[in-house]
Amino acid sequence: MSVNALKIENLKKTYRNGTVALHGVNLDVMEGDFFALLGPNGAGKSTTISIISSLTNKTTGKVQVFGHDIDQDPATARSMIGLVPQEFNFNIFEPVIEILINQAGFYGIGRKVATQRAEKYLRKLELWDKRFDMAKELSGGMKRRLMIARALVHEPKLLILDEPTAGVDIEIRHSMWTFMREINASGTTIILTTHYLEEAESLCNHIAIIDKGVTIEHTSMRTLLDRLRVETFVLYLEDPLSKAPICGDYPLKLVDSNTLEVGVAHSQTLNEFFHLLSECNIKVLSMRNKTNRLEQLFVTMMRDGNAENYSGVQA
Amino acid sequence: MNFSQQLIAFKTIMVKEYLRFIRIWVQTIIPPVITMALYFIIFGQLIGSQIGDIDGYRYMDYIVPGLILMAVITNSYSNVVSSFFSAKFQKNIEEMIISPLPNYIILAGYISGGVARGVTVGITVTVVSMFFSDFQIHSLGITLAVFVLTSILFAIAGLINAVYARSFDDITIIPTFVLTPLTYLGGIFYSIKMLPEFWQTVSMANPILYMINAFRYGLLGVSDIDVTTALVIIVAFIIILFTLALSLLNKGVGIKP
Repeated sequence: MSVNALKIENLKKTYRNGTVALHGVNLDVMEGDFFALLGPNGAGKSTTISIISSLTNKTTGKVQVFGHDIDQDPATARSMIGLVPQEFNFNIFEPVIEILINQAGFYGIGRKVATQRAEKYLRKLELWDKRFDMAKELSGGMKRRLMIARALVHEPKLLILDEPTAGVDIEIRHSMWTFMREINASGTTIILTTHYLEEAESLCNHIAIIDKGVTIEHTSMRTLLDRLRVETFVLYLEDPLSKAPICGDYPLKLVDSNTLEVGVAHSQTLNEFFHLLSECNIKVLSMRNKTNRLEQLFVTMMRDGNAENYSGVQA
Repeated sequence: MNFSQQLIAFKTIMVKEYLRFIRIWVQTIIPPVITMALYFIIFGQLIGSQIGDIDGYRYMDYIVPGLILMAVITNSYSNVVSSFFSAKFQKNIEEMIISPLPNYIILAGYISGGVARGVTVGITVTVVSMFFSDFQIHSLGITLAVFVLTSILFAIAGLINAVYARSFDDITIIPTFVLTPLTYLGGIFYSIKMLPEFWQTVSMANPILYMINAFRYGLLGVSDIDVTTALVIIVAFIIILFTLALSLLNKGVGIKP
């Protein structure tokens, strides 16, 4: 019988000042999954992650990591988790390589093996040349990569990434995506929180959305995106138009003389649409999705306040 | 974690803490040595020469044990309080909290760092004191025992202070308003037999008095306090404070929201 990488049941958290952060979060993350945990700021994502990784005491509820309860068997549960937190939390006055070797030491890994692993992950994350630099001397992107390397040095089965690419430039972000895919392909389960929804859509297989301390959605990425009944595409035209043409039952809107927007339902095909455009002698230079699909769903869900009201959303 | 893994984890914290204060030796080792050298010169040589013998020793020789132990107390305490609070402040304490490390290993690791600094500074100050005093060690066993036990005790106390501290001000309040007065009134510069009876009795409530006198016994063979009683009190304080510190860490006080 397969065991879930993470199982959370009715997790509640009330802080000492009375703030209720979690009203009852439920999550199931399968082993080997690449899982997106999304939600607006203050939704409870980071509190949930902090409880899973023992940084925050929960009020009630149950959390199991690969079947190990964080209350009954905390050491085993913790040994399986690697955490990349949202904020930098290393000693800025320590050399990069020492941060990794020390972290491995906290997991009982001897210095020799720790040094080998530190080299492996620092090379992978392109930080090897900086190994003797004090952490404070690294750029923002390098600091993020250092935290990823640190989280991997004990080779956890579950890697939790809390906004790992925040503030990272596009080139490095893409190389980090490639690296995360590699880590996931090697068998590590990954939970990702991010505000870049393109990132979640591109990387993750399953998704949960938390809002106001409750899970409002928990499904596969494909199932969620299938709920978008209509996608809007933006077309850039070769020749200017004075008004929107009529092309079958495709709704067209002229944004400016050289730009058209079209809504394509899931029951329709783009081939048919382009055929109709050709008949009207309209030449298309290029096209793009008007918005990221997940982003459009997410925004609508947050606006409408529940998961049931967005299935008819038009992108 | 099995025993050997715990040992690796303990060594990791110990080395990390040792390197921390060695890396900034100009801030951690040199200032107490200069301060103590000034005490030796001013109180021992200049003023001490005007004061008669106490318990058969020159005033300079009489104050050496207390000054060495004061350096040990101050440095053991300040090493842990500043290191643990900085780890809280920078949040790198989370590196340990998320790991499978038992809290007693975290505690033992930080204590070892405090002891390492206390002992390092204590030995350095002892070497400096030899330029001013030619004392002979009366009992090496008692000297070392008091040296290390006192260091352990104040390292734990520093950690408890750091657990409750919320700002850098909070880590200076106890050393300034509690530790320094108790140390100065703990018989470094005088024998409590020189005090009126009432103040002698009051002085007995000061735990640092027992440590300084036990250490003075180890070095010089003279003490205002029964040495066995002093050692029992030091060990009792260590047990009480260790239990308290461990309980605070287990509950996550000051660390986990």
